[in-house]
Amino acid sequence: MIEQHLATLPIILPLIAAPIALILGRSMLTWAFATLVSALSCIASWQLLMITLSDGALSYALGGWPPPWGIELNVDVTNAFVLLAVSAMSTLVLIYSKDSIEKEINTSNHSLYYTAHLLCLTGLSGMLITGDAFNLFVFLEISSLATYTLVSLASDRRCLTATFRYLVMGTIGATFILIGVGMLYMKTGTLNMADLSTKMAAFESNRTLNTGLAFIMVGVSLKLALFPLHMWLPAAYTHAPSSVTAFLASTATKVAVYVMIRFIFSVFGASHVFETMSMEIILMILAIVAIFKCSYMATVQSNVKTLLAYSSVAQIGYMVLGISLVSIPGLMSGLIHIFNHALMKGALFMAVGAVFYRMGSVNIEAFKGLGKKMPLTMAAFTIAGLSIIGVPLTAGFVSKWYLVTAALEQDLWIVAALVLLGSLLAVVYIGRVLEAAYFQEPPESQDANNIKEVPWLMLMPMWILVLANIYFGINTSLTVEAATSASQWLFQGYNPAGVAL
Amino acid sequence: MSFIADYYNYWIVVFLMMTGFYIVISASNLVKKVVGLNIFQTSVFMLYISMGKVKGGTAPILTEGATQYSNPLPHVLILTAIVVGVATTAVALSLIVRIKEEYGTVEENEFENKDDAI
Repeated sequence: MIEQHLATLPIILPLIAAPIALILGRSMLTWAFATLVSALSCIASWQLLMITLSDGALSYALGGWPPPWGIELNVDVTNAFVLLAVSAMSTLVLIYSKDSIEKEINTSNHSLYYTAHLLCLTGLSGMLITGDAFNLFVFLEISSLATYTLVSLASDRRCLTATFRYLVMGTIGATFILIGVGMLYMKTGTLNMADLSTKMAAFESNRTLNTGLAFIMVGVSLKLALFPLHMWLPAAYTHAPSSVTAFLASTATKVAVYVMIRFIFSVFGASHVFETMSMEIILMILAIVAIFKCSYMATVQSNVKTLLAYSSVAQIGYMVLGISLVSIPGLMSGLIHIFNHALMKGALFMAVGAVFYRMGSVNIEAFKGLGKKMPLTMAAFTIAGLSIIGVPLTAGFVSKWYLVTAALEQDLWIVAALVLLGSLLAVVYIGRVLEAAYFQEPPESQDANNIKEVPWLMLMPMWILVLANIYFGINTSLTVEAATSASQWLFQGYNPAGVAL
Repeated sequence: MSFIADYYNYWIVVFLMMTGFYIVISASNLVKKVVGLNIFQTSVFMLYISMGKVKGGTAPILTEGATQYSNPLPHVLILTAIVVGVATTAVALSLIVRIKEEYGTVEENEFENKDDAI
């Protein structure tokens, strides 16, 4: 019974749980309940990944209406892989948030926080596994509205203006996607993604469909914060509560990257997007500019959360760069980086949240001398930071290695060199924080006795992520196997070797 | 001339869309921004609804003598999108209420100055 409907569980479970979490009120119970539900959907995603790895893609007709009339849920290796990353991150962040939100969100709003978090998880899971273009828009808006609520829960009043800007940008992005989907429907009369791609193949190069492609790409790029449409991200990430930032940085933009991959490969078709429309050149240039501009911006920030937010935009550049290489290894490196970046940014933002918990500030000044006062937190920050830089034996090295190999395979020496240069900028911005933490003395005025390690419920998820960073840096079999089979599946029926760049 | 007359519904859509978009970008009052956002979204509703019209088709209800019907699906889709738009507006307006409480103003350039002062 459950196995038959397994595909719906990652969406249904948090959706039903969200209003229950609101009713449960402000007690410990809400936290335990939300974490349990999130863990259950994580187990369901793991099952889905195992099933798709062994048996291939899985289709589920919602309400018993067969596709293309009804809404279809479509689970394949690609989205099961991202789904696992998202639900695992959600569970870890929920464990972490019990103590973290004590200091950052008013007690009366705690149940709202858990409700919004569960709704956000619903939306993200839905975006990943739906096989219907319009349904994707609806889930996108569910997750976005929940995200706006989450960001605005912080007690710092600047979060409100940041949220408002995020809301305006996010709504424009979502509406662009809606326009694009409308154009596709006008021409093909269907909304099912698989059906869309077969019907669109009949049109050689149609202006309505191309306009639809343009609208969807711009809309998705707004959502995934591709340079230069990233302006909402640094402010929103800086002023949101730390646990919210950890969750969003490691999931929301990644899911948008997946939506972009989905639209390029399974709706429009790689040959149309890359050969007819030459989209890969635009994406590659924007990705490289994002890596350099935003890594540079990160090096000059004094607020560590803003610094990491700019670093996130740069890391998204690496993912999009992987897609723009138009090859199986390139796409694979992008997919691996989606997973690995969730691990490292989650750990980094959790460590910064831990510093806020004790110091009440996330300016680089607050980090001075913390290497001795909060050794575990700063060790976690160090290892995750090394992973961002791409030091061997960490997860970040694996994704950069595959990205550079993929670039070299196509003789794109310049791109490979630029990726390595971008990593040097990461050394600078992570290095600034580490220098303050380990080599500078804490200010005299501080009440030194108060500064100690954070509660273990905050340390545990942080260290699980750090250990995962090391584990997936050494044992790459799961990530590489899933990403390889995913990118081969996406590229089926299309010969990437024939693309001249 | 027929180019304008034949596609008049799209011209309305484009005009509304650009009007809304311009208000979102240019207005400094947050409430006006939300109004602009609404006009922008409404234009998309119009786009969907007008595309469902079939020439010579009646409303999609089974009646005697009717052989051609308009496509009801875009209308259903847009009902969902309208709900989403209402939800977005509600969140945006409640944010504005909170901003007004905290900053005492809903003018963008004014609260920017207030944060710089801190």
